[in-house]
Amino acid sequence: MQDADAALDRIVQQVREAAHARTALQICGHGTKAFYGNAQEATPLSTEDLRGITAYEPSELVVSVRAGTPVHELESVLAQQGQWLAFEPPRLGSAPDRSGTVGGMVASALSGPGRAQAGSVRDFVLGCTVVNGRAQVLHFGGQVMKNVAGYDVSRLMAGSLGILGVLSEVSLKVLPHPVATATVRMSASQAEALERMNAWGGQPWPISATAWWEGTLVVRLSGAQAAVQDAQERLGGEAVDAQLAQAFWQGLRDHRDEYFVAAQARLSQGERLWRLSVPSTCLPLDLPGDTLIEWGGAQRWLCTDAPVQRVREVAQSAGGHACVFRGDPPADGVFAPLPAALQKIHRQLKAAFDPEGIFNPGRLYPDL
Amino acid sequence: MNAPQEWHAAAAQVPDSAPAWPPASEVISALKTVLPAHALLWSHEDTTPYECDGLTAYRQRPLAVALPESESQVEAVLKVCHRLGVPVVARGAGTGLSGGAMPHAHGVTLSLAKFNRIIDIDPVGRTATVQCGVRNLAISEAAAPWGLYYAPDPSSQIACTIGGNVAENSGGVHCLKYGLTLHNVLSVRGFTAEGEPLQLGGRSLDAAGLDLLSVVVGSEGMLAVVTEVCVKLIPKPPVARCIMASFDDIRMAGNAVAAIIAAGIIPAGLEMMDKPMIAAVEDFVHAGYDLNAQAILLCESDGTPQEVTEEIWRMQEVLTAQGCTRLEISKDEAQRLKFWSGRKNAFPASGRISPDYMCMDSTIPRKRLADILLAIAQMEERYGLRCANVFHAGDGNLHPLILFDANDPDQLRRCELFGADILETSVQMGGTVTGEHGVGVEKLNSMCVQFSPEEREQMMALKAAFDPKRLLNPGKVVPTLQRCAEYGKMHVRGGLLPHPQLPRF
Repeated sequence: MQDADAALDRIVQQVREAAHARTALQICGHGTKAFYGNAQEATPLSTEDLRGITAYEPSELVVSVRAGTPVHELESVLAQQGQWLAFEPPRLGSAPDRSGTVGGMVASALSGPGRAQAGSVRDFVLGCTVVNGRAQVLHFGGQVMKNVAGYDVSRLMAGSLGILGVLSEVSLKVLPHPVATATVRMSASQAEALERMNAWGGQPWPISATAWWEGTLVVRLSGAQAAVQDAQERLGGEAVDAQLAQAFWQGLRDHRDEYFVAAQARLSQGERLWRLSVPSTCLPLDLPGDTLIEWGGAQRWLCTDAPVQRVREVAQSAGGHACVFRGDPPADGVFAPLPAALQKIHRQLKAAFDPEGIFNPGRLYPDL
Repeated sequence: MNAPQEWHAAAAQVPDSAPAWPPASEVISALKTVLPAHALLWSHEDTTPYECDGLTAYRQRPLAVALPESESQVEAVLKVCHRLGVPVVARGAGTGLSGGAMPHAHGVTLSLAKFNRIIDIDPVGRTATVQCGVRNLAISEAAAPWGLYYAPDPSSQIACTIGGNVAENSGGVHCLKYGLTLHNVLSVRGFTAEGEPLQLGGRSLDAAGLDLLSVVVGSEGMLAVVTEVCVKLIPKPPVARCIMASFDDIRMAGNAVAAIIAAGIIPAGLEMMDKPMIAAVEDFVHAGYDLNAQAILLCESDGTPQEVTEEIWRMQEVLTAQGCTRLEISKDEAQRLKFWSGRKNAFPASGRISPDYMCMDSTIPRKRLADILLAIAQMEERYGLRCANVFHAGDGNLHPLILFDANDPDQLRRCELFGADILETSVQMGGTVTGEHGVGVEKLNSMCVQFSPEEREQMMALKAAFDPKRLLNPGKVVPTLQRCAEYGKMHVRGGLLPHPQLPRF
């Protein structure tokens, strides 16, 4: 407790000095997502000493946790109470106990296989404590599910890649782990898989995750025992052994699945791994490369050598956006460029939180 | 509050530096150039109907009311107002309970009532794209032929609009399981204060850049004007059943709520009523509520028949183990609706037993439920007024209805003190001053208690990032430093107020 308070004091001091000297800071936890976003060179500001769960009441479905706490540590505490982070944040990196911090989980807003059904990181953020660019320690939101007092700054922090401030603590909604889970797989072309995912999404079945790659559609059901059994019969396909299924979904979640391993290997040959976020109903995209589909069709991973402009255009005309997740970054940044009206708000928001522009400059967009 | 009154001092928020307003004649003649004659109101008899929203105690006639019929007219009105420095207050159905749509004396009320078209229902992608003035319930009605619906269901859903829901981040009785407006909106389209077109979010599950959608939802019309909304539709559960359980002790009822959640159940609805409220609603709807109970819980399960059977059985086990004194499970849809009829009619039922009532809206951690109800019972004695309580127990959102007679100025004064006391007690218990009704003008003072000056300044800076001239719905949501100074409160977080016995108005 005292250690964490002292650590927060040190961070506030570091921010104050950096703001005064206008020197850039690079906020880091375990560094497992350092590849994500645009590269930057700046003085590191470590959140690792901000460690520990400050409040957890399982019957409130809320946990408050300091930003430097390993996700892995948080998850094991939740698991003891039969609860979990239903958005299934990816745990990257090779060391299990250094597979990402809570701060990085919120700041990157990456969600796993359960996202389409359960919601994203930001849907589970209830409150936060943040150090802004004026070295002020501010609290927004709270520890309750329903809260409309003031602007929802804490959810704005989700996915902000640290450009607005240093997260020091967050409160998250947690959920009971589903009673029953089953996984089935079946053969399907990409178009068939997309059609089925969308059709099933309109049924009151407990589908908690979907994935398609190389002609195989895999579906996870989670919920009440009877409902899972019933839906499994309706879906058909071949039941996957529980252990094998768990390993598959974890591999997908933590980007250790063979798709990601293969993609990683192809980066050196000049290909890029893209994440395309599109309406679930989009037909197979007219792009070359190897595709893996998740989120009922709404998230499409693509490993391709197609030109940046082409990928972005296809994503945009489909009603979505594309980002270079891994691989050679485009000159104008890895994320899809914003329309002028949004760019202006982004610049003004950045200045409102970080007037000296010290936090993670360029990480989200080159001019922020 | 439903006590009609002329302009109320508590609602006035003088900005730290008062701008010079352009003359009304100049504003009206400029608006005449961009709107047809029938879409612009400025005479007193025409603007009076817009002087308040659902919070009728605070009233203010606007300089003019604009009723645009197209997005290009909205854009033009915003551009005129921005050029002249005139405040703009967007308005939906006017059902809000915190005065969020209360007009500005020198401003234009932008009524979006004519934006009432359902643009597209996509049954395959499970989305509905609608104009902002479409009523909440109308979306579910339009989606019903495909077995889909829009989940958030605020009690006012037959009248309130989706644009208003976006502004307030509205909840309802099912949000523990299905989320708030924020969790069910994919994108909004509209304009900035300058009249620049804006689209936030999309049909995809996320968008590039900062998640601006999540801060615009719930911003009470202070960051942008929304004209079109794309929402998620979800499959309508084939079955819903409800348990009605009585407890002869408030604390036991509170424990039962915690026990249900601790058992790993997320009920579709989990509501509580206390004894005074049970008496008021039973007298009104005759639903067969247990008049001997100190508290009644309504626990709903929805889903496939198998799911519901399993969940109802598990909830029944928990409630019995927690010592409920009576338990009834709805046998059919008619009986389920009957169980709900009292809860849904809590407000009109209160209106029958008291000339006026003030509805509060704080949220507390669930475990403090009994504590706050006991604290409210003590406040009833302190302020000499009665209070009946309904509670979205599943998500900790409390609606105490303070009963009073607005014709008695002293009762109104005591009622306001009572209300402020409930909000501050909620903050002390780790909660918040508003769960779903919004800050508006009603809870500006309470914001001084919940947030530090630096936090409020950061929120003001956030607003200025969207609206540098601060013209959208000015004076709401975030109190000025001056106002908080006048309110005379020390900032409190998790501690006790200094001199809690002193009246502070």
